[in-house]
Amino acid sequence: MVTFEPVDLFIALPEIVLLVLGCLVLTADLFVSQKARYITARLTKFSLLLIGLVILLHQSDSIRYAFSDMYVADPISDFLKLLSCGSVLAMLIYAKNYIEVRAIYTGEFFTLTLFTLLGMMIMISANHFLILYLGLELLSLSLYSMVALSRGALVSSEAAVKYFILGALASGFLLYGMSMIYGATGSLLLPEVASRLSTNPEGINLALFGLVFVVAGIAFKVGAVPFHMWVPDVYQGAPTAITLLIGTAPKFATYAFIFRLLVEGMGEGRMLLEWKQMLLLLGVLSIGFGNFVAIAQTNIKRMLAYSTIAHMGFLLLGFASGIKMGIAASMFYAVTYVLSALGAFGMILFMSRRGFEADELKDFKGLSRASPWYAFIMLLLMFSMAGIPPTVGFWAKLSILQVIVEAGHIGIASFAVIMSLIGAFYYLRIIKLMFFDAVETGKPLDEQNGSGILLGINGLAMLGLGFLPGVLLSFCERIISFSI
Amino acid sequence: MVPLQNYLILGAILFSLSVVGIVLNRNNIIILLMAIELMLLSVNMNFVAFSFFLGDPAGQIFVFFVLTVAAAEAAIGLAILVVLFRNTRSIDVDDIQTLKG
Repeated sequence: MVTFEPVDLFIALPEIVLLVLGCLVLTADLFVSQKARYITARLTKFSLLLIGLVILLHQSDSIRYAFSDMYVADPISDFLKLLSCGSVLAMLIYAKNYIEVRAIYTGEFFTLTLFTLLGMMIMISANHFLILYLGLELLSLSLYSMVALSRGALVSSEAAVKYFILGALASGFLLYGMSMIYGATGSLLLPEVASRLSTNPEGINLALFGLVFVVAGIAFKVGAVPFHMWVPDVYQGAPTAITLLIGTAPKFATYAFIFRLLVEGMGEGRMLLEWKQMLLLLGVLSIGFGNFVAIAQTNIKRMLAYSTIAHMGFLLLGFASGIKMGIAASMFYAVTYVLSALGAFGMILFMSRRGFEADELKDFKGLSRASPWYAFIMLLLMFSMAGIPPTVGFWAKLSILQVIVEAGHIGIASFAVIMSLIGAFYYLRIIKLMFFDAVETGKPLDEQNGSGILLGINGLAMLGLGFLPGVLLSFCERIISFSI
Repeated sequence: MVPLQNYLILGAILFSLSVVGIVLNRNNIIILLMAIELMLLSVNMNFVAFSFFLGDPAGQIFVFFVLTVAAAEAAIGLAILVVLFRNTRSIDVDDIQTLKG
């Protein structure tokens, strides 16, 4: 029975505030001329700060349901929403100069950014197939149009078409799987699905059939091999600011998506056994393929795309261990990865200027001579992605490997270590280009770019968290134990 | 009465047709968009059939939302297609291959 109580509105406060502010920014932008566009930009940043504040004030250690249990607010969702909000804000700060000198400094950019965030937050808090799907579509549709935002660029529109078609295909797979699981259980509510799957096992074959499609849909969205085709093209073709957005905050939403759908919705018995195997396979293939192909790239955005595929493989392996620790390790990995991706793409944005994208590997040659400080920051970011101590990336990889060994997959753990070692080559190559090669293209770094301070903090955070890895990891474990 | 299996088989046939349409299509992108629509409709067929046989209206409400999202998706897809056409003067699948590596 559907019931509605005013208290529901309070539980969903962050989303409601974000929706109102998003519409406000959309309307306000109509009255703003191109010269005064900074008003929209500031309004957007202010909105994000406000949302962050609302989430902070609103969080609690209990699990709260709203709208006939279709919406859930638990410690995981509070944490992930705060992180998504923070990374979108960081994206806007990094991208400020980049978008200002290009044709994408428009109201759409800011409004769509806010709606992307709304989609992520809805996904993170969904407790029902329909809400999961609607959040995912709000996120994806906003991102498709953002990729195509720089209308004159051939590569951008091509990337947008590829992203759109493969994204829509993924949604189709996901929906087909959901319809089968609905048929097997007779419910769309995730906790209800979980309980009916464990109490009446006769629909299990239909549910397993659906599970295959659901996992394929998830793999598409995550960009895991063999469903990774869109990732490199979209990362390379999209304007770097949008690549930064695609590569960071949605990873939290994807994490929440896997958590809600697989762990909470189908986390028991036969289903758990089957999806563990599937995620294990996807993870292993992604780590192997991503690291090998990244070596051959000359475009740094494309290289980072393949590195994302490999990193997502690690994230899936954490889930595939099927233990509580593994879910916490995956969350730790997601946070670490997003932090380093923010920094790495932020660096590309920092180096780019009018008419210069800084997205080729050779553009990084001799950076240490132009600016030793920013070369050092990039070194920390690359160390963290490669998983070299004392940066936090090392601890993230270690915690995933630990749970994989604990789950009894020693062979897979050693495979992941060897692949990471191979992967270290292309991260270290950037460091070699920065410190040991002579400047080939480009002008010296433009230090006037406003995002330098944030970039410095971002880079040093990799080091700082690396010295205190226990803090973040135990925090993740605490949140997970509150939410399951 | 038509049994549930028949509806599911029809849904599966439509779904496979659309996947084949996306994978094998070498002509133009409009056909890809049509295949995507077909895929969502096959899912709707499943939902309505299950909903009817389970006696649970939630599945039919899901279909309304899927239809709405499909409309939004088609709008954005066509908009992106127009942007692409302005840049390349073509909507051939084979012509969108600048990004490689």
